[in-house]
Amino acid sequence: MLRIFLKEINSFLDSLMGYAVVVVFLVAMGLLMWVFPETSVLDYGFADMDTLFTLGPFVFIFLVPAITMRSFAEERKMGTLEWLLTKPVSEAEIVLGKFLASVCLVMVALLPTLIYYVTLYRLGNPVGNIDTSGVIGSYIGLVLLGAVFCALGILASSLVANQIVAFLLAAFLSFILYTGFESASGLVSDGNVALLIRQLGIQYHFESLSRGLVDSRDVVYFFTLGGALLLGAKTVLSSRSW
Amino acid sequence: MSIQVSRLTKVFGAQRAVSEASFTVREGEIVGFLGPNGAGKSTTMKMITGFLPPAAGTVLVNGRNVAEDPRAVKQSIGYLGEHNPLYLDMYVHEYLSFVAGLYHIPSSTRRGRVSDMISLCGLQLEQSKKIGSLSKGYRQRIGLAQALIHDPSVLVLDEPTSGLDPNQLVEIRKLIKTVSANKTVLFSSHILQEVEALCERVIVIHRGNIVADDRLENLTRSSGPAVMVEFTSSVDENLLGQIEGVTKVILLSDNKYRLTATTDIRPAVMRFAAERQLPLVGLTQEENSLEAVFRQLTQAEANEA
Repeated sequence: MLRIFLKEINSFLDSLMGYAVVVVFLVAMGLLMWVFPETSVLDYGFADMDTLFTLGPFVFIFLVPAITMRSFAEERKMGTLEWLLTKPVSEAEIVLGKFLASVCLVMVALLPTLIYYVTLYRLGNPVGNIDTSGVIGSYIGLVLLGAVFCALGILASSLVANQIVAFLLAAFLSFILYTGFESASGLVSDGNVALLIRQLGIQYHFESLSRGLVDSRDVVYFFTLGGALLLGAKTVLSSRSW
Repeated sequence: MSIQVSRLTKVFGAQRAVSEASFTVREGEIVGFLGPNGAGKSTTMKMITGFLPPAAGTVLVNGRNVAEDPRAVKQSIGYLGEHNPLYLDMYVHEYLSFVAGLYHIPSSTRRGRVSDMISLCGLQLEQSKKIGSLSKGYRQRIGLAQALIHDPSVLVLDEPTSGLDPNQLVEIRKLIKTVSANKTVLFSSHILQEVEALCERVIVIHRGNIVADDRLENLTRSSGPAVMVEFTSSVDENLLGQIEGVTKVILLSDNKYRLTATTDIRPAVMRFAAERQLPLVGLTQEENSLEAVFRQLTQAEANEA
């Protein structure tokens, strides 16, 4: 697994992909956070990072599938996936290696945004007037959300041989998973059913984490969802029906 | 037995790609695996290497079942696939150390192994280039290097020389010959001269069935020898048929005939030409070549079907 992981990391570093993802994410977030007046913290006047945490997931919806679309689709097309499966590595190791490498890239993209926190901490009046536990919870939520999107992207990439289709499929499903359930719950008048539908979506759990309280139910939700998606990718790989 | 395949079957939809194929390859043997395109060669090899699960039947490699112990089997096989898939954006050196890692070669010996392979396969000058920038011949060498890096006891090579120019062909063939010294090799090809040059034993597969499995000399000995003769002008076929020992005369092209016989009839043909003062411009003994056997085996079946 370590071999696959390192190889994937290397391929992110070798190709423009890795850098492009990090740069695009940071430029987009930087502009939204500090420059565009509608969302700028400076105009808003409160020392919080809500802009990052409400818009970040939407940027991830497009960015994460761009990271993962290559993972299996390209290998399948080149025939290297077949080659890889004649080596003494299991399907699970291949899936996990690729997944962890993608998650790593997402975390690298997120890392520099910690500067935002430091900036806001110092800008606050009085200094340090920021909801630190909320920020920590949101970061945990954003990483978990990114990981689930990675798992979804890897599954999509294992399902179709075309990278573009893999990208579109992953972006669409990520979008549905994130806001689809939330929006769909509005269609139901029964409050309990609506809550149930909302709980199926990612946004409900992400927002719950953002409040700064790391609830085990939310964490379990993310782990189960991610695990199920990765298991799906492994099953596709094992079936050899591509 | 290094490779033991028994009643191996693979079905794709309604088509039986491989049907109850059984054969064995002994330790240290080099076996040629022949068949027309689409006969099931690659499918069989993919099942041996553990990529494709068989629909029925078993594959044992060094006594281990591929289905039960895929890791151990994969560890003991070196495989060069049909289209030799490589990571084109990796450097040769980087790629080979990656493969070495996949085969669990400890990092202390990995460096040495990689440079051994690089010198064995003649990649010294190319080792710091990207695989994508290399020619097909060099890519094929990399393919061989990755198949050999863990010093496997069994080599499975699927058409290792397809698409190479004549010079590269000779080089790769030589390379296969050197590296296969103390290994069991199953080697598929449709270049028959190559099989004749490299292999001791031949297995012929046609439409998923094994139609021949014998030593090379036994296969080519099975039917009588033939002679090709060429004259400057046409000769009556009946006259040629009267030459002692000739059993069959076939007109190949203008003035060119193929005579089938039970023994070597070249002296008789010479005498025949001298007696009748026919200018003989060509006389060659046609080895009952593998090519003829191959055609026989794979076309007879086609007519039956």
